[in-house]
Amino acid sequence: MAETVSARAGGVVAGIDVGGTFTDLLLFDADTGGVRVAKTLTTPDNQAFGVVAALSECGFPVEAIDLIVHGTTTTTNAVLERRLAKTGMITTRGFRDVIELGRRTRPQAYGMTGGFTPVIPRDLRLEVAERVEASGAVRTPLDEEELRQAVRLLLAAGCEALVIHFLHSYANPTHEERAAEIVAELWPNDYITVGHRLLSEAREFERGVTASVNAAVQPILERYISRLRGELQTRGYRREFLIMNGNGGMISAGNVTRESAKTVMSGPASGVIAAAYTGRRAGYGNLVTYDMGGTSTDVALVRGAEPAVSNEIEIEYAMPIHVPMIAVHTIGAGGGSIARVDASGLIQVGPQSAGADPGPICYGRGGAEPTLTDANLVLGRLDPRRLLSVDRPVSVDVVRDIFARKIGGAAGLDGVGAAGAVLKLGNMKMAGAVRMVSVARGNDPRDFVLFAFGGAGPLHATALARELGLPKVLVPARPGITNALGCVVADLRHDFVNTINQPVALLDEEKMRAVLERHRLQGEELITKESVQPDAIRVTHSADMQFVGQTHIINVPLPSADVSRAMLQELFEKAYFARFKVQLPEIRANLVNLNTSVTGLRPQIDLSILIDPAGRAATLAEALRERRPVWFDGTWHDTPVYRRERLPLDAELQGPAIIEQMDATTVLEPGDHARLDGDGNIIIEVGA
Amino acid sequence: MTALDAITLSVIQAALQQTCDEMDLTFSRAAFSPVISEANDRSDGIYSAEDGSLIAQGSQGLPVFVGVMQHSTATIIEMIRDGRCQSPLEGDIYIVNDPYLGGTHLMDVRFAMPVWRGGKIFCWLSNTGHWPDIGGAVPGGFSASATAVEQEGLRLPPVKLFKGGKLDPEIYAIICSNIRVADQRIGDISAQAAALRVGEERLCAVLDRYGDETVLAAIAELRKRAAAQMRAHIAAIPDGTYRAKAFVDSDGVVDLPLTIAFAVEKVGDTLTFDFAGSSPPCAGPMNSVLATTLSSVYLAMRHIFPDVPMSAGAFEPLLVKRPEGTFLDARYPRPVSGCAAEVSQRIAEAVFAALVQALPDRVTAAPAGSSGNFALGGHDPARGRDYVMYQISGGGYGGNAGHDGLSNGCSTIGISKSPPVEIMEQAYPVLYRHYALREGSGGAGERRGGFGLAYEVELLRGEARASFVMDHGRVGPQGVRGGRDGAVNTVTVYRDGQAHVPPHLSKEQDIALKAGDRVAVGTPGGGGYGDPLRRDPALVMNDVSLGYYTCEQAAELFGVVLDEAGAVDGAATATRRAGGK
Repeated sequence: MAETVSARAGGVVAGIDVGGTFTDLLLFDADTGGVRVAKTLTTPDNQAFGVVAALSECGFPVEAIDLIVHGTTTTTNAVLERRLAKTGMITTRGFRDVIELGRRTRPQAYGMTGGFTPVIPRDLRLEVAERVEASGAVRTPLDEEELRQAVRLLLAAGCEALVIHFLHSYANPTHEERAAEIVAELWPNDYITVGHRLLSEAREFERGVTASVNAAVQPILERYISRLRGELQTRGYRREFLIMNGNGGMISAGNVTRESAKTVMSGPASGVIAAAYTGRRAGYGNLVTYDMGGTSTDVALVRGAEPAVSNEIEIEYAMPIHVPMIAVHTIGAGGGSIARVDASGLIQVGPQSAGADPGPICYGRGGAEPTLTDANLVLGRLDPRRLLSVDRPVSVDVVRDIFARKIGGAAGLDGVGAAGAVLKLGNMKMAGAVRMVSVARGNDPRDFVLFAFGGAGPLHATALARELGLPKVLVPARPGITNALGCVVADLRHDFVNTINQPVALLDEEKMRAVLERHRLQGEELITKESVQPDAIRVTHSADMQFVGQTHIINVPLPSADVSRAMLQELFEKAYFARFKVQLPEIRANLVNLNTSVTGLRPQIDLSILIDPAGRAATLAEALRERRPVWFDGTWHDTPVYRRERLPLDAELQGPAIIEQMDATTVLEPGDHARLDGDGNIIIEVGA
Repeated sequence: MTALDAITLSVIQAALQQTCDEMDLTFSRAAFSPVISEANDRSDGIYSAEDGSLIAQGSQGLPVFVGVMQHSTATIIEMIRDGRCQSPLEGDIYIVNDPYLGGTHLMDVRFAMPVWRGGKIFCWLSNTGHWPDIGGAVPGGFSASATAVEQEGLRLPPVKLFKGGKLDPEIYAIICSNIRVADQRIGDISAQAAALRVGEERLCAVLDRYGDETVLAAIAELRKRAAAQMRAHIAAIPDGTYRAKAFVDSDGVVDLPLTIAFAVEKVGDTLTFDFAGSSPPCAGPMNSVLATTLSSVYLAMRHIFPDVPMSAGAFEPLLVKRPEGTFLDARYPRPVSGCAAEVSQRIAEAVFAALVQALPDRVTAAPAGSSGNFALGGHDPARGRDYVMYQISGGGYGGNAGHDGLSNGCSTIGISKSPPVEIMEQAYPVLYRHYALREGSGGAGERRGGFGLAYEVELLRGEARASFVMDHGRVGPQGVRGGRDGAVNTVTVYRDGQAHVPPHLSKEQDIALKAGDRVAVGTPGGGGYGDPLRRDPALVMNDVSLGYYTCEQAAELFGVVLDEAGAVDGAATATRRAGGK
């Protein structure tokens, strides 16, 4: 198995991200300063094929790669498509329906239809006699014989994984622990998830679903990892590879399955990590990350170069995963969002999407409804000759006519005017959704930079920044492979949460410090067990706080583990005022959780080689590809189009301009001003 | 309309909607009371300066508040014009909760604030939040046996709570002296005002960008278009009059059912809603005020046509005849605490039951339609303090043309989550013996109803009093098109091991409990949709294997005979369904 690669840290690292459409690979050779990139189609049934294809496309000998770090959507897809391992649950008598009943909700505020399928079906959820009270006192002892019987029944029913989920196990875990011992004697594998070990917090529905998802994806993730391991070994890779976790840290493939649920945000998390890393090097610590793809857009906040983390991600209706993960919000709008005229004659964009199949009209796969991507094409922002993933080219004239017919008719617009309207409205709606999950939460937009990536992010970024009041946009060197970059630059990371739930005035300062100290020790120990050794270890602490009586919390970063009551009170009041402009001196503050992140820092990587420095032109003029008419604000502008990889590092550009690269197009609107920085990022000052 | 107008219009529509959504978000995140912060029992909107009519409303607001605030805002505008209420100055915020002045029950407290442009009122922003207490006979305000509004709590006419941006300490002191747990109200009041101020800031940014005149013109045009959209939906309904009835178990005081007699007449592109023949005003708190009755109709229509944007225009083609002389148009001093939580849901049920006849593909069989309020107030000797615990619960939704009903869905008029058992047991001296899907409760049908909830709570320490305001104890949620009704709501109280069933079935106040006594509740299942004998036998088999129904129920309700292995016996099923045995 794993050979320690610490001695070779800084060698050849490959980051591989499997997305919905493409599998991206980014390979860094620290010894030679070489970079290789590969993009292959994702193979949904077994993602390992796409990974291997990407490795062979990049052409670097696999046996010479020192470290492979991998972001995967295997578990996400398994949950969303309910392609799960057959899983059983053993739970407290009277409570087997908790994960099916949920918290009395419905999928939408309006409309009384819709359904819900629990991760574990009802006949595989068995109850045993046992009961712990909220205080932790045992009311009914665990009936061990009944437990054994339940295990046998579930095995006979063909279950592969098992969840042990008892009420109040966060307060007193002895019943769950004893049950785990007994189950281990009978269960043929390690796919046993013990509720409190994954999440030691009250709320039986959320803890139960988190545990159930974990168990139900474990065998699937394990099988995927062993297939990939096999494929890699066949090609000569002898070391352990690492997997990107939803918390933005990486973990050895051999250790990841125990907490498989943490990988459900693997892909989006790596993009945010890359954004934070790139932003920090560029001198921008506060970012709104904006990853726009074909069907959806992922948005996250980075403050002080640290991605915001949440313990309350819900990956779909009634499917909460309450483990610390990077707080990525998914908005159901992307390049494939469909434009239409509604019954009252108003233009609407989304929420329907053409997705990847049939996709926009211009992909030539049978799409007939005008989308945002099609609007960009009609308006000259996208070059029809350079579109990726086109099956049969469709002429711009045809697309423009569809806009005229389907959108323009009702509003008295021609095809171009209609496409302009669709783009404007699409940007407006996206800005609204982005605002709700970012700057509406008490952050001043003027303090943030919009970090645009994904295939479509740089195309819409300046318009969006203008809507949101963000003064700057950063487009990284390789927007289309940002997630793969995240895999390359990610650190090792472990998160810890302890629930305190006491008014600040009553806190025991010694105990608080002891909790944070214990977190640090646990984290450092876990990191020393990894197959990769970090350059240094960084420890950060934070507190989740509220006023006594509130239910929502505010996360307050702590300067050190040396906390005091007075310090907590002061930091909280400041944070609360910043968020709500409200001071409530008459009400006491409450400490809900103490959190610690222990991060093993990996060697720095020089981003300036992401675009081959040798290929850069000496002057801006030499980077010019062509001039073409592009539609801005109601009229055509004769617009220069540049090759991204040719732009000199000291280039300054004035909008309007288009900058094209293999998998992304950046738009500068009239009034925008852009320059490049040393890493090759484009920094755009958004015009008024 | 010119070309530019079409684009600007869509953009302004989205901007107004986002303004309201941001107000909703701010209110919930900053609020103290779980009923607002967790249960989202609140709503925010923008209202016309002229007549208070609805311009836009947050998409995540509590459904029962759809349309309600346009009545309270209209009343404030009218009272200011008449001189019955002080004229506003910049920075003023009014507070009002009078049910008879365009409200719901007393616990729903509304704030209203004008948005000023150039010294004139451009529009009003208003929001409603459900306060956890407003004084009155019982903590929380849901007195099942009140006979006059004074017993239900403090009633506020529109008065300025904020003057020139500052909280008026005198009004605030009066409020605090009349409500329980007053020390935390300042947190909710700050949150409610902060939401309005966020709305003002966002709205003014929109006005600065597009111009006041353009936005006003857009608002007028959007209203026209929402009306046109609703009219287009209505025009597709076959002409005719569709009738239905729904029943409230009792008013809590007199043990007789209350009848909602309902007819909706479709002519051209309008619907006329008529409640003639409904029961007269009642002695107990199950009266509804006019604003709540109207709002209940609107929210039911929005459940049916969720795509029509919420604005006064959408309500224009919905003509509601004032139900004078019935319990759906209660006047002072009739008690009204049950109107928002229960009566509103029976009104929605009547609308669904009538319109499913005309729109069988869009409308569902009746949902459980009760908020399931169970309050337990007592003293915890271990902690030396008093407490009031609220348990709300969901029930099954109705089957529909496409799918079976959802289990344990939220009340029709709500979007609030129920609290976790672990949190309840941490906070109160109780222990849940079970919290389970209520087997067999979904109404049988080709598409069956969803299942209700069954729970049983034991009092661990001290003494306490239990109160219930629920419904559907007499008749279950209606099945449609041959589907069976969902199971009725049940309440059983075990005192010293003796079972007690409330005489009014779903409502009773102040049942004395001591340690070891238990309360068992079964919430309604949803109504079934279509003939159960047409349900795919494989689905029935699956329902039995999951324990939703017994083998016997499969045979009796669905005519599906299962063999010993649990598989469908095709021949026996065919015989049974053909009418043989």
